[in-house]
Amino acid sequence: MNELIIEAQNLTRKFGDFTAVDHITFDVGRGEIFGFLGANGAGKTTAMRMLTGLLSPTAGEARVAGYDVASQAEQIKQEIGYMSQKFSLYGDLTVYENIRLYGGIYGLGDEEIRKKSAELVEMLQMEALRDKRVGALPLGWKQKLAFSVALIHEPKIVFMDEPTGGVDPITRRQFWEQIYKVAEEGTTVFVTTHYMDEAEYCDRVSIMVDGRMDALGSPAELKKQFEAEDIEQVFIKLARGADRDEG
Amino acid sequence: MRTIKFLLQKEFLQIFRNKSMLPIIFVMPVIQLVVLSFAATYELKEVDMHLVDFDRSGVSRQLVTKMQASGYFTLRSQSANVEEGITDIRRNKVQLVLVIPPHFERDLRSGRPASVQMNIDAVDGATAGLIQAYGRSIIQDFDAGIRPDVEEVRGGGPGGIDIIPASWYNPNLDYIKYMVPGILVVLVAMIGMFLSGMNIVREREIGTIEQLNVTPIRRYQFMLGKLLPFWIIALFELALGLLIARFGFDIPFVGSVWLLFGIAGIFMLVVQGLGLLISTVTHTQQQAMFIAWFLMVIFILMGGLFTPIESMPVWARELTLFNPMAHFIKIMRMVLLKGAGWNEIQHLAGLLALMAAVILPAAVFRYRKSTG
Ligand SMILES: Nc1ncnc2c1ncn2[C@@H]1O[C@H](COP(=O)(O)OP(=O)(O)O)[C@@H](O)[C@H]1O
Ligand SMILES: [Mg+2]
Repeated sequence: MNELIIEAQNLTRKFGDFTAVDHITFDVGRGEIFGFLGANGAGKTTAMRMLTGLLSPTAGEARVAGYDVASQAEQIKQEIGYMSQKFSLYGDLTVYENIRLYGGIYGLGDEEIRKKSAELVEMLQMEALRDKRVGALPLGWKQKLAFSVALIHEPKIVFMDEPTGGVDPITRRQFWEQIYKVAEEGTTVFVTTHYMDEAEYCDRVSIMVDGRMDALGSPAELKKQFEAEDIEQVFIKLARGADRDEG
Repeated sequence: MRTIKFLLQKEFLQIFRNKSMLPIIFVMPVIQLVVLSFAATYELKEVDMHLVDFDRSGVSRQLVTKMQASGYFTLRSQSANVEEGITDIRRNKVQLVLVIPPHFERDLRSGRPASVQMNIDAVDGATAGLIQAYGRSIIQDFDAGIRPDVEEVRGGGPGGIDIIPASWYNPNLDYIKYMVPGILVVLVAMIGMFLSGMNIVREREIGTIEQLNVTPIRRYQFMLGKLLPFWIIALFELALGLLIARFGFDIPFVGSVWLLFGIAGIFMLVVQGLGLLISTVTHTQQQAMFIAWFLMVIFILMGGLFTPIESMPVWARELTLFNPMAHFIKIMRMVLLKGAGWNEIQHLAGLLALMAAVILPAAVFRYRKSTG
């Protein structure tokens, strides 16, 4: 891996005396597809929220795109895109209006916004839905829209929190095709999932159990290390020691 | 600046698409203005009066006739004993005991100061204020030389009697003229206090705020995006209310309407600032609503809308210094009814501006794009 774009050292987050993320240390190289695997409640979202500057760490440190998450969160925000686990675009605005709003906030010019939204709508094959209110769309389409809004300003890194959660297998495939395309263009992709098969699509995966990062490596490396046939087995071996499962 | 343009566009689209929001913004205030104003006036249609006329002169009879002729006062009973009248108040038989002293006619004719005494049932402060205002203006209209002494009688206990000095700008007996400007203030204040702040808390509840917080948007931009739409709507609504006041209630516009709008703009910044500040310390709409209502009720009750500030105890009067609504109600009445100009209101306007200058930055500063 050449240039490091995310570096986390002992990153920790407590809620009261509950430790949601427990001293995780890892780094991500530019252009990598980095997967965060873990059961519900393992701490994936919490870790991602710290990296995106939405949540301050309790201890440890992390740098994203060269900026410190604790003190330079606002600089980080210019460089990243974020697709949250819970759909958080405006249901009472249309597809186009959502794209325009975020394009505008990220400082794109009118011409750029027009071009970009035409491009995105086409890429998503959503031409017919351009002027539909987002709230009325099926979840899969909402997720696709959230995905493209996260990319509208061509960020260096895109964080995606369970982008494929609750969508049908076909849409999942499409998502991963898009993720590959984005990564090929040089964007770093940081993605969480609890679908084990998706881990195989990542360059490297880390497996979180009870807030700790118990394994880290390429899918091949992990399978070798844990003498497993697939990531699912790796995960089962690790999860035996887990206390937390909220799923 | 461009960011704010996009935010405004978004807010207005959402406001005009929200089916429950439109009636709240446009219809309810109109209804409230009309109903409240009429209800407020209606209260003083029939005041039962006990008369104690020690003078028994032609002039004293004329005064009583004039009061009856006003349609607001009905003579229920009379006696030669003030105590008897007070007892009637305590028994809820009358609300006013009018005492005309001996030598009333003589004093008046000879140009000496003459006074009549109004003993008012003060259990219901708002009505007492009305009785006082109406009585006072009828009496002074009858003869400007008469000094009406007002005494409050409290229905229940032994009752301290104090004299209320009150100043009214409304010599034409029209309570509605006094109420409507105040009610307009309450209406725009409600928009300011509730809508901006609630809007933020709502985004927090739904989760859409997270997507905004992960962009490089500046805090002041975000706040302006929430502030401006409702600022514009409130001023629009003030215009609507003033039109109704002018053509529906015949409220005179003695002073400058532009001046009024200028001050209204500042006033909105204060109440909206408070609403935004509340939104930064609450997590749910319920919490925010509760705090906002709490403040609102205090502002209204202590703002001189129903009870004249002059008739409040000293400590309460001093507290109104911090009540933006009290200042704006006062300004509104002074400008609309009395024709006050910038000179007369600049100290009040200054206070409002000062409040805005403290509260708005505090709200921006308190707003957190990340959770601690
Ligand atoms: N704001 C919060 N306050 C208290 N506990 C929280 C908060 N956010 C997350 N948690 C807890 O932290 C743990 C990790 O949650 P999360 O990061 O959402 O897990 P994941 O995304 O892996 O499912 C869970 O037990 C969750 O209940
Ligand atoms: Mg999660």
